[in-house]
Amino acid sequence: MTLPQRLKAENLACERGGRLVFSNVNFTLNAGEMLELRGANGSGKSSLLRLLAGLNLASAGLISYENGSPDLSLAEQAHYIGHADANKPALTVSENLNFWTTFLGGSQTQLQAFNLEVLADDQALLLSSGQRRRLALSRLHCAHRPVWLLDEPDVGLDSASRLILQNHIARHLDEGGIALVATHAEFGFKAAKTLNMGERQ
Amino acid sequence: MMRGAAFALIKRDMLLARKQGGGAGAALGFILAVMVLVPLAIGPEQALLQRIAPGMMWLALLLAVLLTSDRMFQQDFEDGSLDVMSMGHLPFELVTLIKALAHWLTVGLPLALITPPLGLLLNIDVYQMPTLWGTMILGSLALSMLASIGGAVTAGLRRGGLLVSLLILPFYVPVLIFGVAAATASLGPTSSTPALIVLSAITLMSVVVAPWASATALKAYLR
Repeated sequence: MTLPQRLKAENLACERGGRLVFSNVNFTLNAGEMLELRGANGSGKSSLLRLLAGLNLASAGLISYENGSPDLSLAEQAHYIGHADANKPALTVSENLNFWTTFLGGSQTQLQAFNLEVLADDQALLLSSGQRRRLALSRLHCAHRPVWLLDEPDVGLDSASRLILQNHIARHLDEGGIALVATHAEFGFKAAKTLNMGERQ
Repeated sequence: MMRGAAFALIKRDMLLARKQGGGAGAALGFILAVMVLVPLAIGPEQALLQRIAPGMMWLALLLAVLLTSDRMFQQDFEDGSLDVMSMGHLPFELVTLIKALAHWLTVGLPLALITPPLGLLLNIDVYQMPTLWGTMILGSLALSMLASIGGAVTAGLRRGGLLVSLLILPFYVPVLIFGVAAATASLGPTSSTPALIVLSAITLMSVVVAPWASATALKAYLR
């Protein structure tokens, strides 16, 4: 029996290029909870997600992740889907996804998660931007990781794919995962906490 | 699990090198151009050509590897792949080591294999060929490793080529000196073993230091 996880941020601040992007950010997320990050362009939503993914340094504050795997860092227990989709145009859809599955320590590629089976042998070069987004999002199912960091994951998705994404997030939360989603649209999770990053500082 | 990730990465990089092309092909063209043009520029004096041949071949190999180095991390940096790679279970130093190794397997090694036969255009002594092959295979590994430092430092720059050359050239000097020394000594009365040993030492050290240096540079970029 594993204890429920908890992700906690206290007084986080982030500086980028000498400019204070945000300061005094606090939140606590228990297993099964989701945090929607709202705020104007440049208010630091992406910086906060990158910070949690270990890709930025916090200039102040503390991030603690309780009851995860003790010998893994938070970044190694999190999936980060940013604006860049990390796929190679020269490789096919399945080659791209197979690589990430093996690299991230998963066992089976889940092409069907975002209905990409029919595109499996197409070069990623030929995909539309929405399909490319779905390929990036498929990484969420490459390997099980309890924390999902999604930076505007619904950009370019059609309404059917948005629904699929919402279902995936809901199932992830049901299974005791944690999700942080930066978004401008209403995601419509009743349980979701909201963190307003405010205006550009 | 880590071994699986390492193999997946090297397989992907070699597949990409094959599918995207560019790197090794352009470098090979460069070496061929040098080999063909040097006799025309220097003149057809065979003894002179034979004397300068090892140096010219090493120079061509070195500059050809340098030519391809700025692309080593650039694309992965721009499309976000490095972000995800830094979040894997594989230590980031191993990621850079494997990417440099893939560069060697797709660019450095093929060039090192093809350059000595091309040296026949410069009238090299056939007895020099084994030594040239040996030193170039060994030395090109050091060249690829050192090039990865330059590639990492300039990953976020649009036109990093010039900067890579300036940054990496000083590191290439010892490889060049001892590579040429070993090849030259193989003809003369002195033994080429000392130069070979020093070259091996340089190669081993670059394999240890370069991945760490490029990982540090790339992490600074990601942040």
